[in-house]
Amino acid sequence: MAIEVRIPTILRSYTGGAKAVQGSGSTLGELLINLDAEHGGLRARLVDGENLRRFVNVYLNDEDVRFLGGLDTPVSDGDTVTVLPAVAGGSVSG
Amino acid sequence: MLTISRDLYEKIIAHARADHPDEACGVIAGPAGSDRPQRFIPMVNAERSPTFYRFDSAEQLKVWREMDDRDEEPVVIYHSHTATQAYPSRTDISYASEPQAHYVLVSTRDEQDTEFRSYRISDAEVTEESVQVAE
Repeated sequence: MAIEVRIPTILRSYTGGAKAVQGSGSTLGELLINLDAEHGGLRARLVDGENLRRFVNVYLNDEDVRFLGGLDTPVSDGDTVTVLPAVAGGSVSG
Repeated sequence: MLTISRDLYEKIIAHARADHPDEACGVIAGPAGSDRPQRFIPMVNAERSPTFYRFDSAEQLKVWREMDDRDEEPVVIYHSHTATQAYPSRTDISYASEPQAHYVLVSTRDEQDTEFRSYRISDAEVTEESVQVAE
């Protein structure tokens, strides 16, 4: 058993085109470090310093991990992690 | 070029007008690879702001899963500007993450005329395209 991570189209260049990859770890942070060993560069698109990037949504099963514990969210075998780029923008240029 | 039915075109404008002066946003799903927008999905603007929009993350997961299950993709991603022209801002460009989608912008700054324009946004590059409304 492992943790399945579903990858959005825009990040599949890091996974050789795969829609989902498998990894392991006891927290989301560990899982992303584990995945980065095989899919170099993926983690940097999701994490900035010690935190998840603001415009990336990461869900553990059905919950946005922002409401769970961010990178410290515990994960276990059989869980599914879904990554979706936030859809956002606006008329004021930042 | 974006080809869109009159009905969907009017629905986007109606949504933008209804949420004015806040920005409105949503998706039109279509069969994956078809480039045909078919299923209108107005989204909540979690920011409820006249200058910014962001899909509610829980709603986005639900809608994206639904599209996955139905073999659809977001053919159109739309939002409104309520005080400026219908052209992607720097913010819009930096967050654009669906290179296969048509990014539709409508401007409701004029009470009568609604600007309706469509763009491709890929690798921070914006290309405007023509819009054909199919009767």
